[in-house]
Amino acid sequence: MLTSLAQAVYLGAAILFILSLAGLSKQETARRGNLAGMVGMALALAATVALALERSERPVEVTAVLILVVFLVGSTVGTWQARRVEMTQMPELIAILHSFVGLAAVLVGYNSFLTEPADPAHLVEVFLGVLIGAVTFTGSIVAFLKLSTRISSAPLMLPGRNWLNLGMVVVSGGLMVWFLGTGAVLPLLLMTVVALLLGWHLVASIGGGDMPVVVSMLNSYSGWAAAAAGFMLSNDLLIVTGALVGSSGAILSYLMCTAMNRSFISVILGGYGAEGGTVVASDVDLGEFHEIKAPEAAELLTEARTVIITPGYGMAVAKAQYPVAELVAKLRARGIEVRFGVHPVAGRLPGHMNVLLAEARVPYDIVLEMDEINGDLAETDVVLVIGANDTVNPAALDDPSSPIAGMPVLEVWKAARVIVFKRSMATGYAGVQNPLFFRDNTSMLFGDAKDQVEHIMLAL
Amino acid sequence: MRIGIPTESRAGERLVAATPKTVGQLVDLGYEVVVQRGAGDAATFRAEAYEVAGATVGDAADVWSSDVVAKVHPPTETEVAALSPGATLVAMLAPAAAPALVESLHARGVTALALDAVPRISRAQALDVLSTMSNVAGYRAVVEAAEVYGGMFTGQVTAAGKTPPARVFVIGAGVAGLAAIGAAGSMGARVRAFDVRPEVGEQIESMGATFVQAEAAQQAVSSDGYASALTEEQERLTAQMYAAETADADIVITTALVRGQAPTTITAAMVAGMRPGSVIVDLAASGGGNCELTVPGQVVVSDNDVTVIGYTDLTSRMPQHTSQLFGTNIVHLMQLLTPGKDGQLVLDLDDPVQRGMAVTHDGDLLWPPPPVQVSAAPAAVAGPTSEERAQAEAAALADKNRRRQRRSVILALLAVVVLLGISFAPAAFLGHFTVFVLAVIVGYYVISNVSHSLHTPLMAQTNAISGIILVGALLQIGDDSWLVTVLAVVAAAVASINVFGGFLVANRMIRMFRKDA
Repeated sequence: MLTSLAQAVYLGAAILFILSLAGLSKQETARRGNLAGMVGMALALAATVALALERSERPVEVTAVLILVVFLVGSTVGTWQARRVEMTQMPELIAILHSFVGLAAVLVGYNSFLTEPADPAHLVEVFLGVLIGAVTFTGSIVAFLKLSTRISSAPLMLPGRNWLNLGMVVVSGGLMVWFLGTGAVLPLLLMTVVALLLGWHLVASIGGGDMPVVVSMLNSYSGWAAAAAGFMLSNDLLIVTGALVGSSGAILSYLMCTAMNRSFISVILGGYGAEGGTVVASDVDLGEFHEIKAPEAAELLTEARTVIITPGYGMAVAKAQYPVAELVAKLRARGIEVRFGVHPVAGRLPGHMNVLLAEARVPYDIVLEMDEINGDLAETDVVLVIGANDTVNPAALDDPSSPIAGMPVLEVWKAARVIVFKRSMATGYAGVQNPLFFRDNTSMLFGDAKDQVEHIMLAL
Repeated sequence: MRIGIPTESRAGERLVAATPKTVGQLVDLGYEVVVQRGAGDAATFRAEAYEVAGATVGDAADVWSSDVVAKVHPPTETEVAALSPGATLVAMLAPAAAPALVESLHARGVTALALDAVPRISRAQALDVLSTMSNVAGYRAVVEAAEVYGGMFTGQVTAAGKTPPARVFVIGAGVAGLAAIGAAGSMGARVRAFDVRPEVGEQIESMGATFVQAEAAQQAVSSDGYASALTEEQERLTAQMYAAETADADIVITTALVRGQAPTTITAAMVAGMRPGSVIVDLAASGGGNCELTVPGQVVVSDNDVTVIGYTDLTSRMPQHTSQLFGTNIVHLMQLLTPGKDGQLVLDLDDPVQRGMAVTHDGDLLWPPPPVQVSAAPAAVAGPTSEERAQAEAAALADKNRRRQRRSVILALLAVVVLLGISFAPAAFLGHFTVFVLAVIVGYYVISNVSHSLHTPLMAQTNAISGIILVGALLQIGDDSWLVTVLAVVAAAVASINVFGGFLVANRMIRMFRKDA
């Protein structure tokens, strides 16, 4: 009876999860969506705890205590993490959380192998579950280390790395045949090691700027890992939830790839110019850039009627979102129309800029997507480019030989004036020079974005 | 070093080469500045204001004996004589048109820098006074036309009937032409514009005007940013187009200057074909005029009541802003010439910009400078013909179709493989597989609707719910094998971090989003 009840509760939880993700589609319903997820999770866990206690093969008290410990650990660490994390560190947090799902999937897979009868279908499920879990685990850890700058975010360029990846996949395939044939634990262990290496190598070969794709991809993997666990445990709730998360991550990766005009495969196989080594900077003389100082920038802003700000990862690095928000508030108080234009791959996480701006209390209805704002740029008086580079590069549209050719970009150069906040004349992630900086209507404001925005506010 | 700012000696001139604001910038560069008493009066810059900005106010002798003298117009013979040998003179010198002046400056032993000889390269734009002057003149041309024109620029619909917008035709879309287009457009006129250089069509349209197409009359992209003369056939076609456009326009603003010379664009016959009350503003009047009826410096009215304005002092009619812009050009020049920011002028003749402006230096006659070949427009890429383009498109389409076909085949094969795989799978698996496929599809539709701005909270939320793997781990905790229990506890612990952390952080982010109040 309890099993059937639990199944019914699981169904409810699955529906709540779907509603939860549906609620996240709009700001107005997002809180409700978040809540639906929490309720669903609470229901599912309550039913599971009841089931676990009922099915416990050792004294119920021991199991209960163990479960209590689990929840204590989880809630303490989880809550502490959620409170402490800064919005700029969100990509790291997301990445490390993915690794947890990966690890859990590996462990659950081993347990399932140890406890359940070894029929072939189950062995396949265990094998795949552990494989996906292990790749997700190390991949996410590397992503976490890269995003938190504990290791260099530059792509690791091992010779023949694509063959290496392929080799590891082939070896895993061989191990699967062995595993199915014998049902022994050794091939499973060997495969786990190979998969851990594969996950590490896969993400290590991808550079920092492609992290939005990588993080979404790992998000997707963590979902597939959960779904695989569902198959091996014959648990439909896990399957449904895993499938939801898996397709969510896949869609996000796809959106990110479209926004960069790159195929998913090319992103996964490593940084730009993977075939011909590094991208050679073009020797074309782009002319001179014009420098501007904060007071002049302030003057331009006060004379403007419409201003659009295009933030990029540099804004997150400089933690400039608060002064930027303050600047926006000041300008808006003067009746100047200020909006934000966010490129889908700005930052290191899909939607990263939106969260940073929301944190600084910028109203979300003035933060627009690239497609919504591109048409208005021509009628804009001043565009502030804060920490963005490749996403505002006109070469993407003008220069068919550019490595980023065809990538949709924010067409900021159509505005009357463009002010680019930048530390130096260095190139962006793609290693391409940006002709925007040399346009006549572009002025460069060098220095730390946060300081410069503060200087502009002083001059207002 | 000391910079002297003299009063302009040309009759009626109201401009001055420095304003209090630019004086401050010159002082910041380390220079002493002396402004002649009354120099800024006509532009309403008072002597006191200059003093406040850090200049001293002196008489003509103080100014002309300075190390650097900056002015607007070429100096007279007496002024040249007042310069001390070795001094630097910065002004619009028109060295090509005034060999006598160049000779006397050379004889005087001064370093003369012609502000109107700045090479047309983008780096030098900040000191290009010709752009400054043309910009102001283009704006003022519209103002002058508006004063004479007997109607409103903007179209109106009132209770008393409606008036059409003024039709403005601008010939030549250089700096002046574009400024005129902008000014006329912002007053509400309907603007059409023509230029022999096809590459400026985009600029014309970006200013909100219609680019008059006359393909045969247009020439190849200029190599140095200036227009060049037309061939005979081009000229005939252009004249036809001019006649048609001018007859249709209320206001014609003509700005065609080909290397200092004003070609005739509007013949007397074309003027005769215009409607009475129409206005022609000839910005090329100083070069003789584009219109056959133009009298430089004068306003004339034709027999059919078309007013032809030939003012040559349009810039001087807006002395405040012109002086400010001109003065800023000089500041930019001095920034270039003062690399140490220490008030010491250093002329670097290896720099093409400085070389281009230098007329005389250290007793050497440097005019004319070697040509600077830098295109103002990006070199035109030989565009594919429409045929080639069509072929390329067809090829792309075929390619796309082929790829689509290939993809369909692959998908079909995959489906067969999956079907075969399923038919060998146990029945229990099938049920789960059905659920899985349906969930993927539901997920696809649900997630596709998620607003881009919520992608980060979405990821946190999916993080949290993928912690559902906790369910599996919890059920394994009660196993009788300690190994399994330990593994399960670890798995459950990390998964529960996900659950708690993910939901809370998603919640935290979602609550930060607020609507504009």
